[in-house]
Amino acid sequence: MSGRKIWAAHLALLAVLFALQYILPPYHATNLARVMVLALFATGYNLAFGYTGLLSLGHALFFAAGMFAAALPAWHYGLGAGPALLLAVLGGAGMALVTGLLALRTAGVSFMIVTLMFAKAFHLILIYFNQWTGGDQGFALPAASRELAGQALSQDGPRFLVAWTLFSVGLLVCLALVRSRFGRVMVAMRENEDRSRLLGYNPYRVKLLVLVISGAYAGLAGGAWAILFGYAGAGFAEIQYSILPMLYVLLGGAGVVAGPILGAAAMFWLVELAAELTSAWLFLVGAALVVLVLFAPKGVLGWVRARFWRDLP
Amino acid sequence: MTAAALALTASGLSLVFGVMRVVNVAHGEFYMLGAVIAWFVTTLVPGPAWAAFLVALVVAPVAVAALAALADRLVLQRLNYDPEATIVATIGLLYMIQQAALTFYGPDARPVAAPFEWRLQLPWFGYSGYKLFVVAAAALVLLALWLFMTRTKVGLVMRATQVDREVAQAFGIDVDLVYMAVFGIGAALAAVAAVLIVPIQQAHYLMGHDPLLLSFIVVIIGGLGSLRGTVVAALVIGLSDGVISMFFSPTLAKILATLLVALVLVFRPQGLFGGREK
Repeated sequence: MSGRKIWAAHLALLAVLFALQYILPPYHATNLARVMVLALFATGYNLAFGYTGLLSLGHALFFAAGMFAAALPAWHYGLGAGPALLLAVLGGAGMALVTGLLALRTAGVSFMIVTLMFAKAFHLILIYFNQWTGGDQGFALPAASRELAGQALSQDGPRFLVAWTLFSVGLLVCLALVRSRFGRVMVAMRENEDRSRLLGYNPYRVKLLVLVISGAYAGLAGGAWAILFGYAGAGFAEIQYSILPMLYVLLGGAGVVAGPILGAAAMFWLVELAAELTSAWLFLVGAALVVLVLFAPKGVLGWVRARFWRDLP
Repeated sequence: MTAAALALTASGLSLVFGVMRVVNVAHGEFYMLGAVIAWFVTTLVPGPAWAAFLVALVVAPVAVAALAALADRLVLQRLNYDPEATIVATIGLLYMIQQAALTFYGPDARPVAAPFEWRLQLPWFGYSGYKLFVVAAAALVLLALWLFMTRTKVGLVMRATQVDREVAQAFGIDVDLVYMAVFGIGAALAAVAAVLIVPIQQAHYLMGHDPLLLSFIVVIIGGLGSLRGTVVAALVIGLSDGVISMFFSPTLAKILATLLVALVLVFRPQGLFGGREK
């Protein structure tokens, strides 16, 4: 399949997402904005896990780092939304750089535990300095910091637009990245690290770069969450927020560009649906993880790729 | 006292990792289940507190072991014990067990009556006799575990499987059965620790988190998969925990411990107590 068709398919997906804000009732349109921010987060996770094979259990660290990099200056110094989002990207990427420098010395199970531990430590730090960070209760962002180009982001229209724009940029950058030469090197790291080292690539540097990019995605998503929905709290650094992007990626299809948005949307509305029947939504998350790992490790789009569309990126 | 319960929980985790190379993230939930089942048993069984407690001490580990063995058979075995997939699956188990406990047991912390009230009265301070009993019982269980692993045929089979899975299979050992048993025993150890501790701390559906973190710390510091290192590390950390929290706030102590463990894994993956290189 030609490159043009692949780009057309992804642009069509973005167009459909954009159109949905006029079709869906307002309540669900806001939910879609949430889903797109979560999918942005999961797209970053997909770059690390799906393409490069870095199974991290600490992405909440980058999400929360971005969130607080944006929200703390906004709260304490009244920083505007634009610079705050920029800080969020830097916060997530910087945190990923520091984490990666240390954690990438390990691999496999050790890498998972080390990233888990770092995320846990950051969560505890946020709670420890609670007079600065709001701790477990968190804080609401001032309205002045939730304005972009004169538009209040607490309103449905602008909020949806910002979420959609950020997600679109994230998706297209991801698509361009995985179709580039560097994208092939990433997959080579996942498939056979020894062989790619033999071919002259430095696995440590490739993985570090991917982790930093992934952290930048996560940080941007965290900052966007705080600014769009007006709340930041230490709870976002909890293990759950490392597990969720993994779940979205696994469900939608690891190593597929459009996997995270599909997984995020499916899981979000599944939980929403279940919430009407029972409060036990964590049970659903747990069961989904087990079932996916057992019966469908490739996810929905992974299956589509295997059966119908061989070169879906 | 904390050290004793910690040693039990952590040796369960260590045993599972040692033999099966599986990092069981749901280990803390098996601990929590042990405590919750103990509460159910002690409220349901009539008679004196010590009798109900003894029943709980038998029922809870057996039930938890059965559940763990079932989970192993239904989930982990089908994954061929792929390290990363099993972590994801045990995270799923963690959420399922935790949520099930919340649904059926509720969000409250509930106490379990101690089997006996007796204080050791020393001239300068009194000491709860039950805490001494916990230490003694934990030591007894650990000794039994050690004897079981080193002196019995089943223990030999388990250690053989640990050293080389394929060769063990070639010698006619049913590896799947061994793994099921090991996973069950590991979970049962956590449950025993929980039953012993529950008269002192109350049973709560989120109580699995701290022991999980501490067990990870202990197992990593002691060297992954080394049972002796685990017990030593549990004693050191369990005892120093009290000392550290005198100087620092508990949160700060946890932050330092967590970072320390992560750094140990990065720079000395074989553990501080010098396990052999893999």
